Parts: sequence; structure tokens; C-alpha cells
Amino acid sequence: MTERPVKTVLSVRDLTVEFPSDGGSLRAVDGVSFDLAAGGALGIVGESGSGKSTTALALLGLHRNSGARVSGRILVGDDDVNALDDEAVRRLRGHHVAMIFQDPLSALDPYYRIGDQISEVYRTHSGAGRKAAWTRAVEVLDRVGIPDAARRARARPHEFSGGMRQRALIAMALACEPEILVADEPTSALDVTVQAQILDLLDELRADTGMALLLITHDLGVVSRSADEVLVMQNGRTVEHGPVGEVLRAPAEPYTRALLAAVPRLDGPAPARRPAGEPLLTVTGLSREFRRPGGGLGRDVLRAVDGVSLDVRRGETLGVVGESGSGKTTLARMMVRLLEPTSGSVVFEGRDIARLAEKRLRSVRRDLQMVFQDPVSSLNPRRTVGDSIADPLRVQGMAGREALRTARELMERVGLDPTRHDRYPHEFSGGQRQRMGIARALSLEPKLLVCDEPVSALDVSTQAQILDLLGGLQKEYDLTIVFVSHDLAVVRQVSDRVAVMHDGELVELGDAGRLYESPRHEYTRALLAAVPLLA
Amino acid sequence: MTSYLLRRLAGTVVLLVVMAALVYVIFYALPSNPAVLVCGKGCGGGQLAAIDHKLGLDQPEYLQFWHFLEGIVMGRDYSSGPDVSHCAAPCLGFSFQNDQPVLSLIAQRLPVSLSLTTGAMVVWLLIGVSAGVLSALREGRFTDRTVTALSVLAFGTPIFVSGMLLLILFCGFLHLLDFPVYVPLTEDPAAWAKNLLLPWFTLAISQAAVYARLTRTGMLEALSEEHIRTFRAYGLRERRIVGRHALRGALTPVISITAYDFGYILVGAMLTETLFGLPGLGQLIVQSSNNVDLPVVAGLTLVAGAAIVVANTVADLLYAVVDRRVVLA
Repeated sequence: MTERPVKTVLSVRDLTVEFPSDGGSLRAVDGVSFDLAAGGALGIVGESGSGKSTTALALLGLHRNSGARVSGRILVGDDDVNALDDEAVRRLRGHHVAMIFQDPLSALDPYYRIGDQISEVYRTHSGAGRKAAWTRAVEVLDRVGIPDAARRARARPHEFSGGMRQRALIAMALACEPEILVADEPTSALDVTVQAQILDLLDELRADTGMALLLITHDLGVVSRSADEVLVMQNGRTVEHGPVGEVLRAPAEPYTRALLAAVPRLDGPAPARRPAGEPLLTVTGLSREFRRPGGGLGRDVLRAVDGVSLDVRRGETLGVVGESGSGKTTLARMMVRLLEPTSGSVVFEGRDIARLAEKRLRSVRRDLQMVFQDPVSSLNPRRTVGDSIADPLRVQGMAGREALRTARELMERVGLDPTRHDRYPHEFSGGQRQRMGIARALSLEPKLLVCDEPVSALDVSTQAQILDLLGGLQKEYDLTIVFVSHDLAVVRQVSDRVAVMHDGELVELGDAGRLYESPRHEYTRALLAAVPLLA
Repeated sequence: MTSYLLRRLAGTVVLLVVMAALVYVIFYALPSNPAVLVCGKGCGGGQLAAIDHKLGLDQPEYLQFWHFLEGIVMGRDYSSGPDVSHCAAPCLGFSFQNDQPVLSLIAQRLPVSLSLTTGAMVVWLLIGVSAGVLSALREGRFTDRTVTALSVLAFGTPIFVSGMLLLILFCGFLHLLDFPVYVPLTEDPAAWAKNLLLPWFTLAISQAAVYARLTRTGMLEALSEEHIRTFRAYGLRERRIVGRHALRGALTPVISITAYDFGYILVGAMLTETLFGLPGLGQLIVQSSNNVDLPVVAGLTLVAGAAIVVANTVADLLYAVVDRRVVLA
């Protein structure tokens, strides 16, 4: 980064973390070593279970009293975190090494004002008085870009937006001017435009204060954008470690190459598109209002979806992208009449299902199926997988034995072992559970499959497999798919046409190729510009 | 907030009218003749008719109920010729056995019940919450198991047993206290407290057991929250993390349940009041039930219902004050 020699602020050698488990111990981190220079930024990437967060917690001695065995050397300045006593480690935390977390809402105390929480941390390490600490809290809140910081310091966390909460947490980290900031998935819970702002802020703080950044993330794009060096982890071990440009452009290890290949990209060759058929589902002037809790008598109404009109054409995949609160999920649910629209029509094969009575709707339901984001919570934990998949068939009148046989066939079709039909959902991995969700949705051979964030909870390699599966099934079953996601790159990869939602409105709709290459709407452009690109 | 309170108030009024109707049906519209109960077995037909008239029992039932409601709002007179008993609003009925309006009977006894309940509440909160916090911090260890065992024991011991044991121990064996006699707070605060010590503890013991369990669960949950991890990662002292951040979360449910229990025990401490001879509302319920003083029992039932409804409202309000994320709607 700079030409003059820089001080190493963090030096980790042979870090190993073991958790006791029945009949032995589980090695979550296995011999990891790295250095971090003042003002530098190291990204640690890996899929879930790779040990990246365990590594981060070890740097602050946060495994103490948890039963975990931590060995190796963690030098913060001249202090070995592993050798210090509890009180010395406590003084180190927040003062020399600060940490920010993935979910800034649950990471802050809901009961106290944000300014008080920051003051409290500052007072703990500086011994400053109440007044001076409050001044410092307002100062750092202002520094991280909270508008009107003196007033907003009095707010409680739930009064802040997601991005503002993460800023507040960063402000807490800044309060004592630490040498090292450990950021554990700091932007994974945030919208892409907010993510860009937070990453910009971290860059800026690093340049201004000389603070070193350790960035833990599953997102290779984020590492590429914000780190100088990258360390790839798998099963607790270091796979590859080097400058970001080298590792991401010319990975030496097969695992890194596979990881990179699995990432959907905004650049690179456009995937092949299917020719469009006639409209299967036509949405006209569709709106949905929700009453806000705590509002007076009918005054405070939220228009989640506001006058959306679009076609879904037979055989295509229509991508619907938008940030949180854009109305994309509400729109998806109205398309299959899981939600009743406030106004507008949803015409499916010549019938307006927006107003159809539940009894008449029943015959249409089998043609319209939905796949949800969270495969865990959309499956009944007390029913076997085979039964869960067979349930829709039984509801539609198929005999029990026959239904179970079909369920086993479906399991095979989506890549699950059909002999495991009598197991329960918790015995399967996240990707396998999403396969179950897809098998259940397919059981009635629907014409339209609406997928709401089907791969958002999955690791990138699993995500690639599920996307492949959906593509294959679409051909085989002649499916029309509506694919709802916040992830622009995923949507680009799977969609023929793309609809962009913003504040409940449809701001742009067009062929995927055209929309990504020359977006017409200002918001689409902003959205695309915010996505961190790989290398 | 204001609109919430108004709606809540309206709901309370509706609920109380329904309750009044139920109470009326149960106590006045039963086949047994209240006039006989008032007068006694030796009464002749003429006397009975006079009492019937005085009580308004010679009127149709819906009118009787109307007068009952009317009395609550405007007061009413019970008269049979020259013999007039006035019952001022809010009139909950008239006890002919005591020759007093029901409300003044209740008003005389309310300070006793308030003294007993308030003191007991302080005791059960102090013991219960601290035992619960201690238990949670030493989860699975000796202290935790001891607290758990003690609270099972305390919860399982009936009040008349624990009260007797306390009486025997402190008054009989140790002679540290005299048998409790109620002294009003306004007369002699020291004697008031000294005489109420045993009743307070008797009532608080089983309550404290419940609160210890409740606090323990809340505390364990609060300690596993992510913001607790944040403050550990920022080097706050453990004492402060527990005392300021975890306890706040753990106490939220405790506060609202306390409000509810206060309302319930205020009128329902029958065993404790009877055992220690405290002239409170619980004792009044027992006495008037024994004497079949129906107007008093009916009036007390209404007051008890009102106390619980009010306590529930207070609990909800406290909840919103303690946790700003709660929106009352």
C-alpha cells in the first residue's frame, strides 16, 4: 500500500481452535498464520464452517470460558492474546482491537440510547467523565456519517435503518481509536447500495486513521473491492494466501478456482436466453397496502406494491430484483395469491385470480407453486421429508402409497437420495433442504414456479448447484419461473427478462442482456454501480 | 398512546358491566330467596315482603339489575317506609348484616391489604430476583442447583404450612416477635412494619420461588444475546454487562408480571390474612362467604375483577415504558 516500511500490528502464528465434542474434539481452526500491517486490509474468505468467524473471535480472546482450546500465538502489538490474563485481555478489547458484526440490530442493546452505548465503551477504556464521553460519542457518530449526530445519538437502535446501525457500530469501534478493526461479515445483512457506502466508509477510515482492517466475508466481490490481501479458508485450514489481485485473478489452488467459478458475475459472457412465448400470467395495476402498527385510525398506510403491471411469458425466467422493502416479495406472493391484492388484477390463463374465491382457487393452486428463501422454516420439522413432499399430492386427492412413491421419484429428480425419505429435515444440509423445497413445489407439476430468494441462505458453491438444478428442471418440466432476488449477479445469470423494483414500483423491465448493459433507469444504474466486482 | 388508553378504558368499562351482569345472575337471580337470608328463618310473611320491598326484590329482574348498575353510578336508597338506608355512589350494594354500604366495608379494609401486598411484593422481588440472577450466573453449578431445589420446596409448601412454621419459630421458640396485630401505618410506622414482617414473608416465599425461576430463565436468555457478546468484545467489565445490559432484558417480563400479581394478591390473600387475623379484603371475602352476606361477596367480586383488569393495563403500560420497541396499538 505504501512504500515506507509499515509496522505490523497483528501477527498470528499457527492458530488452532478446538471445540470439545462428544468423543473427541472438533478442530475449527487448524494452523492458520498471517500478519496485518498498520493501515492494511486482509480479507478472510470461506464458506460456512470454514473457521473464518472462529478465527476472528480468537483474536479478541472471545473463546475464553467457552471450553474451546486455543493454541498458537496472537500478537497484538507486543502482547500475546493467548498468554495474557483475563483482565489484560479485557483492556485490549475495544481499545486496541475492535470488532463489528454481521447483524448490527442484535449487536446493539435495544434498551439504551446509541450515544450511551458508545459513551460506555469509551469511558471503560479512557476513564473519561460522562460529559466528555457523550461528546466523544457524538463526534464519532458524526465521523461515520450519521446526519445530525448530536440529536440522533439519543435514538435507540430500532429507530435506525440497517445501514445507520452498522455505522453506529463502526462509531463504537472508532471511539477508542483501535489499531485493528475486525469486521465479521459487516455488510452481509445490508442492501447492495448500503453495502457500498459502508465499504467506502471503512476504506476512508483506514486511510485516515491508519487502522488495520481484518475483513471476514463469504463474498469474494467484497474482498476484491476492499482488501489488499486475501486468505482463503476451507475446513479450518489456509488454502491460499496472497495479494488480492494475484489470488483472484490467477488462483493457484483448485479450491479457490472452484470457488471463483461458482460466483455469478455481472461482467463476463452473457448466458444464453430462451425465446419468449405468449403471456402465461399478466399482472395489471397491482397494488397492496399494509397498515403500519401503531398508526392512528387508518391514516398510516404502507403501499408495499404500487401499481405494478407486467407479463410473465410461457417458458421464460423473469427475474425480479430490488432491495429490502422494494416490494418484490409482496409482488411474488400476490402472483400465486398467497396474498390478496388491494387492487389490480392477476390474470392466469384467462382467469383473474386476484379476486377468485378460495374454493374456486383450489384448481388453479396446483399450477402456481412457490419456493421460499428459508428451506428450514418452510418444512415441518416433525414430518419426514417424504411426507412433506407428498403432502401437496395427498391434498389434491392422491392415495397415500402412490403419493409417497411419487415423492421418492421427485427426491431422486432433485438430486436427493430417495432412500432417505423417512428422515427429518434437520438431518439434511441447507442445500439439500432447498432441494426438498423445490421437490415439494414440483410435486403437482405446476406451470409457474415463483422462487423467493431461493439461494440467498446458501454458500456460493451450493448456490451454483441449486441454480443448475432449477435450469435443468425448467427444461424438463417446461416451467415458467419468476426468480426473486436481491442479488443482481444471480438474477443476471438465470433470467431472460428482469424487472427492477424500487419503493413498491416497477422502475424498469427489459431483456436481461439489454438491462445489464445499458440500464435506462437511474435507480438500476445506481444499483449496478454498487455491486463490488471481482478482481 | 392516548388513543390506546382511551380504547383500553372503554374496553375495561364494557368488561366491568359484563362482570356486573354475571355477578348479578350468580348472587341475586338464584332461586334462593335473599330476603330469607337477610331476615333469618324465623321471619313471617309480612316481614319477608317488607324486606323484599326494601331490597327491591319485588321488581322484575331486569329492573333490579338496572337499579344495581344505576347504584354504581349514582348511588341509591334502600327504603321500606320510614327505614331508609342510603348508599352513596358508587354503590356496590348494602350489607344489612353490617348495616353499612359494601363500599365502605371495602374501603376500611383496603389499607390493610395494600400494606400486606406492597410489603410482600418488595420482599419477593428482592429475594426472587437476586436468587434468579445468582442462579443464572452459576448455571449448572452447586449454587444453581441449591436455588432450584429451594424454590421447588418453597413453591410446593402451602401458605398455611409456611405461615404456621414461621409463627411457631419466631413467636413460639425464638420469642423475637409477638403474634402479629395490625397497626395502621399512619399510627406507628415501626409497629406497622414489625407486625407485618411474618405475613410479608409468608406471602412472599412461594412468590419468590416463581420469580427466581422466571428471572433465571430471562437472565440466561439475555446473556446469550448478541449485544452481550458485543459488550464483551468491547472490553466492558463483566459486572457491568450483567448488571446493566443483561438484567435490563431479563427484568422486562418480571416487571409486567409483578403488576399482574399485585392486582391479584391485593384481593386474593385470603389464607395469609385469615392465618394472621389481618382485617383485609381476603378476610372479608371469607367472612362474608361464611355469613352468606351476598351483597358483600358480590361487591368484592366486582372489585377483584376491576383490580385485575387495572393491573393488566398497568402491566401493558409498564411494558411499553420499559421497552421502547413495544408499540401499544
